Amino acid sequence: MTAPAPLAWYLVLSAVLFGIGVVGVLARRNLIVVFMAIELMLNAVNLTFVTFARARPSMDGHVIVFFVMAVAAAEAAVGLAIILQLFRARETVNADEVTTLRW
Amino acid sequence: MSAVLFLVIAALTVLGAFTVVVARSPVYSALGLVGTLFLIAVLFLSLDAQLLGFLQIIVYAGAIVVLFLFVIMLLNLQAELETLSAPGLVAAAALGGLALAGLVAFGVVRTPLGAPALADGFGNTVPVAELLFTTYLLPFELTSVLLLVAIIGAVVIGKKRLA
Repeated sequence: MTAPAPLAWYLVLSAVLFGIGVVGVLARRNLIVVFMAIELMLNAVNLTFVTFARARPSMDGHVIVFFVMAVAAAEAAVGLAIILQLFRARETVNADEVTTLRW
Repeated sequence: MSAVLFLVIAALTVLGAFTVVVARSPVYSALGLVGTLFLIAVLFLSLDAQLLGFLQIIVYAGAIVVLFLFVIMLLNLQAELETLSAPGLVAAAALGGLALAGLVAFGVVRTPLGAPALADGFGNTVPVAELLFTTYLLPFELTSVLLLVAIIGAVVIGKKRLA
């Protein structure tokens, strides 16, 4: 049995995951993939919350993560419904082809 | 969790996250996402957050990613030829993401973080639920309203356009 991983490593990992999510949102044009990158960022933040909850130690962080999960589920449902309607109206999910709010 | 095991899981998590961003087909992106979410659930378990670890698997892998896959199938998307923005924008995004991650990591490694001993049952269902139904009762009830609104909103938006 080796030494346990220090908590700071978890925070570094979550920073890396958040960075990858940011790159995904900025660099990809497919709206569905952009959505997935947003979920990735939310999860990176959740990992930070749980790590700090372990370090304090206090379970308030767990409760916040619970709320984040609920909000993420609601956001995914509504967002994907919007993407579905967008595809019906425009036949595309490319963010560059959807630059006006009215048509 | 031993340091070696953590490094292996962290490497796989980052690999999955990369798959989400670089895969050409959205289906592969969704599969990368589900792998990443599972591994994050494992990390939750190693941080003594048992309830959240299993919630992560049930809610994210079981519901949200399935929703993504359903939408991808409904849209019947072909693999895109041009998946990325303009090269300049991609380079700027990669640089910005790298700088962001580096900045956070730099701040984090300078902060001393101990792993103190835990009370019995830390992260189990009962203590978390006690907190949820006492201190955080109002936000909890508001969450139920939010979910109801989201359900109605998704149904109304998702219906076939009438006019």
